[in-house]
Amino acid sequence: MNFLDYTLEELHEKLVNKELTAVDLIESVYSNIEETDDEVGAFITLNKEEALNAAKKVDEKGVEEGNVLSGLPIGIKDNISTKGVKTTAASKMLENFIPIYDATVVEKLNQAGMISVGKLNMDEFAMGGSTENSAMKITRNPWDLTRVPGGSSGGSAAAVAAGQIPVSLGSDTGGSIRQPASFTGLVGMKPTYGRVSRYGLIAFGSSLDQIGPFTRTVKDNALVLNAISGTDDKDSTSYRGNTPDFTENIDEGVKGLRIGVPKEYFNEDGKETTIEKSVREALDAYKEMGAEIVEVSLPHSKYGIPAYYIIASSEASSNLQRFDGIRYGYRSNNIGSLEDIYVKSRSEGFGLEVKRRIMLGTFSLSSGFYDAHFKKAAQARTLIRQDFAKAFEEVDVLVAPTTTSTAFKIGGKIEDPIAMYMADVLTVPVNLAGVPSLSMPCGFFEGLPIGMQIIGKQFDEQTIYKAAYAYEKATELYKEKPSLKGGE
Amino acid sequence: MAINEETVKHVAGLAKLEIDEESLKTFTNEIVQMVEMVEQLEELDTDGVEGSYHGHPQINVWRQDKAEKGTDREELFKNVETQKNGFVEVPDMFDKGGSDA
Repeated sequence: MNFLDYTLEELHEKLVNKELTAVDLIESVYSNIEETDDEVGAFITLNKEEALNAAKKVDEKGVEEGNVLSGLPIGIKDNISTKGVKTTAASKMLENFIPIYDATVVEKLNQAGMISVGKLNMDEFAMGGSTENSAMKITRNPWDLTRVPGGSSGGSAAAVAAGQIPVSLGSDTGGSIRQPASFTGLVGMKPTYGRVSRYGLIAFGSSLDQIGPFTRTVKDNALVLNAISGTDDKDSTSYRGNTPDFTENIDEGVKGLRIGVPKEYFNEDGKETTIEKSVREALDAYKEMGAEIVEVSLPHSKYGIPAYYIIASSEASSNLQRFDGIRYGYRSNNIGSLEDIYVKSRSEGFGLEVKRRIMLGTFSLSSGFYDAHFKKAAQARTLIRQDFAKAFEEVDVLVAPTTTSTAFKIGGKIEDPIAMYMADVLTVPVNLAGVPSLSMPCGFFEGLPIGMQIIGKQFDEQTIYKAAYAYEKATELYKEKPSLKGGE
Repeated sequence: MAINEETVKHVAGLAKLEIDEESLKTFTNEIVQMVEMVEQLEELDTDGVEGSYHGHPQINVWRQDKAEKGTDREELFKNVETQKNGFVEVPDMFDKGGSDA
């Protein structure tokens, strides 16, 4: 069964009506993977036996009517810990690592009755924008197998876009959910920092990381965010406030909604790109539906990339110190001294991009550079945050392109780290500000999806979902299918 | 400050990484480009601006000071490569020229 043909609610209905069993769904997942994953390369690890056992239990107990997620399959990015199932972060460093506990999000999905089917490929330790930095394999874009699915959550995006699974989880530190969602025509949500617990997520940039869902439709996305959100005693940065039902009044429409268009997110020299044109058309559609379009300014946007790369790399250099070759993870065989255990294990275990980031981070935090780098970046972050706060005094959401290009060719940017970094220009300010943002398809260019992001106020994912739902209903772009699955 | 192969070696030492001689030149070149890129921040006026160091401002989060059962010791050792008498075992090293770590 091709999961591109159904929403989560439709699958739930089939389970309730007994047209299908949870076991049928799980078997479909693995036959889909068998059929397409040689080409797509989305999965690193499969846990078929456990998944089938879990599905049998759901079928024996009977699916709870109204609990839409119960008995439905989901894929998990491989930097999210799954008890008893290998979790590698796509690194040689963790190639044999089997967590002894579940991440809070995995525990919550289990409670909701969802069944995890396997672990999805990514850029090593979530560092990259193409999934080419994986130590395990390359993942291909189902819309064009010669192109990248984006990254770092490329496996999570490709598996859903290829119809292998109906939904997956990814993580977003500087765009790692939204950019791949944009490249593969999916809905991807980076929630407000703190909305979702990070307990069990292998840390990259702790003040930026958030876990979020990849789905085909907006409502599916809201349903999954409902399940994974909430305060967690095991993550002191998780939000202490209430978690609303993100599907509530999702169909309310956008009449009177004030949509801000940040001028810095569009070419200011008047040369409009195809992507910008597509986003402008979406804005016209919003206007027709009764929204008010207002131009706003986020004047410090251009400092997003430098500030982000200092902050994320500094946090990463500190977080990745735990990989020392002693208690878990890769240990070199080439040991002559205690120093060797650290140095050789880390040098052989980490890939090139991870080493670059650790180096930049260590440099930025080192004595003599701290003030010019880390402190300066933290100050720039304050200014970027204030930009958003000011814009949100005037408007309810911001709408902008997610990326400056559609999916690029495999091998196209991997040799040029700086070009790869610059590609995050429209996504990183959101992480620095801690605000939520959802990417969804708003058009196609030469057969490849174009993504638009809807950015909201802190802890106001509800308004984002309402706006996204209205546009999706008006355009139904999610019905387009990638070439791999019979699309044009 | 200019970044050269020596600085890269020094920083690699701080990060417990080793850059082999063949790739040192390319690697240095990449780090130079990265540092140049992030130093665009120099032109930004941040006088009197307070830095943001957290995802969202939240003041001390406490739990009850109550003892709770931790994770089972045997569980915790599951990913340890080699162990002996309840300790993590590491390769014999002090007879091999000692350590400066």
